[in-house]
Amino acid sequence: MRPLNRLQIAWRAARDIRDGMLVNLGMGMPVSVADYVPPEVDVFIQSENGVIGAGPLATLDRADRDLVDASSRQITLRPGASIIDSSWSFAAIRGGHIDVAILGAFEVAANGDLANWDMRVPNRGPLVGGAMDLAACARAVWITMEHVTRKGAPRLLQTCSLPLTAVRCVKRVYTDHAVVEITSAGMVVREMLEGLREPDLQSLTGAPLIFAPDCRPLTAPPLELPAGENA
Amino acid sequence: MPIDKRVATAAEALADVSDGAVIFISGFGGAGFPNVLIRALRDRAAKNLTLVVNSATHRYSNTHELIEAGLVRKVICTAARGHTKEPSPFERLWTAGKIELECVPQGTFTERIRAGGAGIPAFYTPVGFGTALGEGTELRSFGGRDCILAEAIKGDLALVRADAADRYGNLSFRYAQMNFGPVMATAATLAVAEVRAVLDEPMAHEQVQLPGFYVDRIVAVGT
Repeated sequence: MRPLNRLQIAWRAARDIRDGMLVNLGMGMPVSVADYVPPEVDVFIQSENGVIGAGPLATLDRADRDLVDASSRQITLRPGASIIDSSWSFAAIRGGHIDVAILGAFEVAANGDLANWDMRVPNRGPLVGGAMDLAACARAVWITMEHVTRKGAPRLLQTCSLPLTAVRCVKRVYTDHAVVEITSAGMVVREMLEGLREPDLQSLTGAPLIFAPDCRPLTAPPLELPAGENA
Repeated sequence: MPIDKRVATAAEALADVSDGAVIFISGFGGAGFPNVLIRALRDRAAKNLTLVVNSATHRYSNTHELIEAGLVRKVICTAARGHTKEPSPFERLWTAGKIELECVPQGTFTERIRAGGAGIPAFYTPVGFGTALGEGTELRSFGGRDCILAEAIKGDLALVRADAADRYGNLSFRYAQMNFGPVMATAATLAVAEVRAVLDEPMAHEQVQLPGFYVDRIVAVGT
């Protein structure tokens, strides 16, 4: 089977969201997770600027510049939503009230260290936003990312090479090739693409993998990326 | 004399801003930017300012005008990356060593301001431990959780955007306009709010999201 595209990775992560969760979704691939939460699962999506209960993107006629999410997108509110100020919002994050933060990553280490904020781009200013707060303090941190970089280098590593966002925080990683749990014993593969052999996945990974005895096939329905976007 | 915090123009509201002031600017993601006040501050042209603002580069904020005008000595923020391929005015000056930057995780940023307005000189937080942004800070472990010390931020002036005010300075906000506005007002010696409208009557108490005692001046800007 072909590696999953970004929407399919988001779809797979959305399968693990449970009723009643308060969930924060990072910029990029993670925000797409909201589109694939099954309608029968009732969740609140928190946005770091204080929106509790972000709904779908606003249509042009409903868009309001005062109603935005953490990615500056004009959104709607779901029933039961509320809005608080930034200090309260981050008190909720640090206080462990966010059940799951789904974030993007450049690199994840075998001990759960996360690097997702600084790619050391020369002459560009830093952009940390709420990434460190969410990574350090959400009750669970899940990562959605491609298994390797565009140049084919592993992103799952023994030790991160890029500046860290938080230490020992990642619990689970959804990639285009596998679903990997970060445990005290190391990286445990729970799902992998059908047709992929264990040594194939290991060769794409920069840390030793443990294959769960009940490792399942990683599958997703066909989901088309918008025109003009690369897989 | 009856309390009346209404001021006719943004220029009048900022007439006494001095060189070297530490200035909070509210706003996040297009909501709650006090853009009329920011422009009046640029025209006031006080120099060597320290800006405490979530983003130094947001495309919908006029903050970049202060930076381009050369009025800013230092920025304390959580985001300083421009939106376009070309570096932003902030990034050009920062790369050239002409402007100082303190980059802070957003929750620590807002809590440092909250602490400034709440009489807490410093606090420990796990956020940033083991990262480049936690380097050089005092470390301490609580219940096995490694933390860093973060110091409160206080300022001379807060520029806040709200939806409505009454003459007592009570403020209400639309949707996500609130963001950093309330805490910034609490941590500044002088808090100035620009609002869409000033009510003729006192605001109903259940609509007040920031009590008027925190707000010193209000300017109605119409839109």
